[in-house]
Amino acid sequence: MNAIPPSAPPRSCVSADGLGGGAGAGLAIDVRGVTKKFGGRTVVNNIAMQVRHGEIYGFLGPNGSGKTTFLRMLCGLLTPDGGEGHCLGLDFRRKSSEIKKRVGYMTQRFSFYEDLTLEENLDFIARLYQIRGRKAAVQQSLERLGLAERRKQLAGTLSGGWKQRLALAACLIHEPQLLLLDEPTAGVDPKARRDFWDEIHRLAAGGLTFLITTHYMDEASRCHRLGYIAYGNLLAHGTVAQVVQAAGLTTWEVSGGNLSALADALRGRPGVEQVVAFGRTLHISGRDAGKMRASLTPFMTPALEWTKVESGLEDAFISLMETAKDNYQ
Amino acid sequence: MSFNLHRFWAIVVKEFIQMRRDRFTFGMMVGIPMIQIILFGFAINSNPKHLPTAVYAADNSPFARTFVWALRNSSYFDIVRMARSAGEIRELLAEGDVQFAVTVPVDFSRQLLRGERPDLLLEADATDPAAVGFATAAISALTSSVLDPDLTGPLQRLRGSPPPFNLVIHPHYNPENISQYNIVPGLMGVMLTMTMVMITGLAITRERERGTMENLLSTPAHPGEVLLGKIIPYLTIGYAQVTLVLLASWLVFSVPMVGSIPLLLALALLFILANLAVGITFSTIAKNQLQAVQMAFFFFLPSLLLSGYMFPFRGMPGWAQALGEALPLTHFLRIVRGILLKGNGLAECAPDVWPIALFVIGMLALGIKRYRQTLD
Repeated sequence: MNAIPPSAPPRSCVSADGLGGGAGAGLAIDVRGVTKKFGGRTVVNNIAMQVRHGEIYGFLGPNGSGKTTFLRMLCGLLTPDGGEGHCLGLDFRRKSSEIKKRVGYMTQRFSFYEDLTLEENLDFIARLYQIRGRKAAVQQSLERLGLAERRKQLAGTLSGGWKQRLALAACLIHEPQLLLLDEPTAGVDPKARRDFWDEIHRLAAGGLTFLITTHYMDEASRCHRLGYIAYGNLLAHGTVAQVVQAAGLTTWEVSGGNLSALADALRGRPGVEQVVAFGRTLHISGRDAGKMRASLTPFMTPALEWTKVESGLEDAFISLMETAKDNYQ
Repeated sequence: MSFNLHRFWAIVVKEFIQMRRDRFTFGMMVGIPMIQIILFGFAINSNPKHLPTAVYAADNSPFARTFVWALRNSSYFDIVRMARSAGEIRELLAEGDVQFAVTVPVDFSRQLLRGERPDLLLEADATDPAAVGFATAAISALTSSVLDPDLTGPLQRLRGSPPPFNLVIHPHYNPENISQYNIVPGLMGVMLTMTMVMITGLAITRERERGTMENLLSTPAHPGEVLLGKIIPYLTIGYAQVTLVLLASWLVFSVPMVGSIPLLLALALLFILANLAVGITFSTIAKNQLQAVQMAFFFFLPSLLLSGYMFPFRGMPGWAQALGEALPLTHFLRIVRGILLKGNGLAECAPDVWPIALFVIGMLALGIKRYRQTLD
C-alpha cells in the first residue's frame, strides 16, 4: 500500500463539514503545503492539515518526524519555508502575532519559571496577555485545575504531573480557541494522564480545539481524528479505524508452544512484516494477506492456536513507518 | 578503588572531544587572549609621552621659545595649543583637552636678564598622578640647563645653579598626587562594567537554556518589551553600587567631591544603561550562559586596560586611544573624575556624555535586531 498523498484533503473532513468555501470557516486549522527545511534537510514536507472547531486531533509519529516543528510553525515560533492557509481564520504565515494571542502552546519540555511559584507564573502569563481582571483569572485558573492549594509552591519543586497541570493552566489563562499540546503527557503516570485527558475532553466539549502530539496508543485512540507523520510526511489521517484501514494490514494472533523460537522462524519470511510478542501471544502482520498466509501455513500445527484478529493502531503505525522508510530512503 | 589509567584516559579523551565540539569556547580561550596580548602589549604604557600641552606665552621672548622647544624635545610634551589668555588655559585643563599648561609670565625675559629668577608656571591636570609623574620629573631636570645655549657672552653668569628661572609646578585637582582620588571614583565605573554586563549577559541565555524562551516567544511579548524589561531591575542594583562607592569615597578615602552629586547620579544612569545594553546584546548572541560570561569577561578586560583606569590614557598609541574612545568606561571615568575632582558641570561633561548615549542607542538597536522572535 502507498501512503495517502499528503496534499489530498481528508475526505472525512471536507464532506462532514458541509461548510466548504471561505477561509476554512468551520475549521480551526486549515493549512496546505507546509514545508520546513533545516539546512538542506526537509523536516516537514508539504503537509496539509484540517482540524475542525472543537475537535481533538492527535498528531503521531516517531521521534524527529517533524511534529514539534509543525506545531511551532502553526504558532509562529518557526518561519515556514512553504505553505499557505489559515489558523483560526488568520493567515498563518502573516498574522502570527494575532494567532499567538488566540492560541495556547504547551511545549514539550516544561517551560515555566522554576524559581517562581505557581501563582507568580500564572500571573506573569496573564500580564503578558493583558488579561482584564487578572487576579480573578489567575484565581479561577488555579481552582479549575486543582492547583489552588499549591499556589505558593515553587514550580521547580512540582512533580511531573503537577508541572503538566500548571502548563495546561497557563496555556488556558488567556482563553485561547486552539491549544497546541506537544507531548503533554510524557513522563506522567497513568492516573494523571487519564485525568488530563478527561479535562481535555471537557474543554473540547466546550468548543476548544486541540492539536496534540503523543506517542501513546491509548491517547491516540481518545482523539477524534489522527494524523500520522514520519520523516516529515503526513502518511495517514482520519479516525482510528480509517488509519488502521489505511495501513491495509492483516494480523494473525498465535498462542501456545515455544513462541520465541516461532518468532525467530517467522521473521523475514515472505509477506511477514511484523512479529510482535504480546505476553503469551504473538501478533504477525503483513500487508499482503495471501503471501503471508502461504508463509504461515507450514506453522499452522495443532499445537498452536491461530486466529485472525483486528490490526491494532500500533501495528498500523509501525507498518506506515516502515513503508515510509522504503519510500524516502 | 584504585586509580585506573584506562578510566582516567577515558575522561581525558571525552574532555578533548567536548572541547573540540565547543568551537566558540575554544576560540575564546585561544584566539581572544592572543588578540589581547598583542593589543595590550602594544597599547599599555605606564610612562606616557607626547602629552598634550598648551602654552600661554605672555612674554614671547627667545628664552620662552627655547623653553617650549626644549619641552617638545623631551618627547614628554606635545604643544597642541598656543593659548591667548590665562582663562583659556583653565578651560583647556578643565575639559581635559590638555594635560599640561605652561604660562610664561609678562616680563619673563627682562627679569631673567636681571637675574631675578622669574617664575615659570607649569600647571598639570593631576587627577591621574601616574599620567603626569614622569613628565614633571623630566621638566624639572630640564630647568637647570635648558637656557644655557642662549646664555652666552656676558649672560654666562646666569648659568648653573640656582637655575636662571624658577619652575613652579601646580598639580591641579589632586595637588598631593593621592592616587586614591583617581582610583576610587574610577572603581565605580569598573564595578558597574563588570557586574552589569555579566548579569544581563545571562538574562536571555538563561531563558534559552532553561527552555522558558520557547514559552516566552509563544506569547505576544515584543523584543523591546523583553529586553528593556530585563534591563530595568538591574538599574536599581547599579544605583546601589554607585551609592556604595560614593559613600566609601567620601567616608573612607576622603575623596574630594567638588562637583554636583545629582549631576553625577544622572550621568551614571546613562553609563549603567550602556553596560546593561552591552550585556543584553551579548545575551542575544551567546548560545549558553558560559559563553555569555566569557563575552562579558572579554569586554571587561579592554574596558579596564584601555579606558585610562589602570594606565594613563594618553600613554597609549593613537589606535589604542581610538579603541578606548569607543568604550563607555573611558568616558565615564572622565565624567566621574571631572565632576568629583574638578567640579565640572554639565557643559564640561558634554563631550563625554554623547558618546555614551550613542553607544547605548547603538547597542540596544543591535540587541533588538539580534533578538530572534522565532526559534529558527
